[in-house]
Amino acid sequence: MASNQIMFILFAAMIVVFSILTVTTRKILRAATYLLFVLVSTSGLYFMLNYQFLAAVQLTLYAGGIVVLIIFSILLTSHISQNFESSGWKKNIFSALAAIIGAILSIVTILDYSFSATTQAAQEVDMRLIGKSLLSVEYDGYVLPFEVISVLLLAAMVAAIVIAKKGAPKKTVLPNLNQE
Amino acid sequence: MNSGIPLQYFLVLASIMFFAGVYGFLTRRNLITILMSVELILNSVNINFLAFNRYLYPHKLEGMFFSIFIIAVAASEAAVAIAIIINIYRRFTTINVEDVNEMKY
Repeated sequence: MASNQIMFILFAAMIVVFSILTVTTRKILRAATYLLFVLVSTSGLYFMLNYQFLAAVQLTLYAGGIVVLIIFSILLTSHISQNFESSGWKKNIFSALAAIIGAILSIVTILDYSFSATTQAAQEVDMRLIGKSLLSVEYDGYVLPFEVISVLLLAAMVAAIVIAKKGAPKKTVLPNLNQE
Repeated sequence: MNSGIPLQYFLVLASIMFFAGVYGFLTRRNLITILMSVELILNSVNINFLAFNRYLYPHKLEGMFFSIFIIAVAASEAAVAIAIIINIYRRFTTINVEDVNEMKY
């Protein structure tokens, strides 16, 4: 068995085990930690697929940014040692049924379908090519989605600040200076 | 590079992750854990895009750019969602979805 197959099995096992633990554990901080493991092993998969830039983005933005944000909000809103009360067994069973049936259906469909690959030579993905295509207006350029996403990020930043900051303080009644 | 690993393995892995996220989305009651389930779902979609791009269209870059944009949208969504969650906690002192059922304040 080649080394890349061993690595794939390792990452796949980590992803499956920790993503199931993320949605079933009773402690909320542990769920965030398991989510971190899932995201890191996903970036390992990206390295295996030879997308180094995207793996780095995944590590810094997901594992470094979003997980830290989630952990901060957990610390702000709940007690660390607090356990969830389990939702009713009926809800659990029906949700598990829906998830398992959906998973089986899609896995059977995937294994049944025969994918046909192209014979064209693979293109090496380097930073120069990514930057050029992100800013190019040619046929293979992505300048329009790039601009749209930058406007979206700005809007999200402004919205997050406006929503999360404390509401305007109630107008204090100024003492009437020229009372007497 | 990726010889000896069929494309289907990546797709099966991503679908298991996706349905784990769906299960969490349906059963959790805490808003932050629901957000974590959504992150799982988005991540599995990214794996699908990259595997398709590498195995079926290795001479193009569409899948990779789509993944970059998905990651950016996920980041902004998480920021706004956490702002809303903190605001809800300030107003109701709970983030349990069943206790937050009124919009009037």
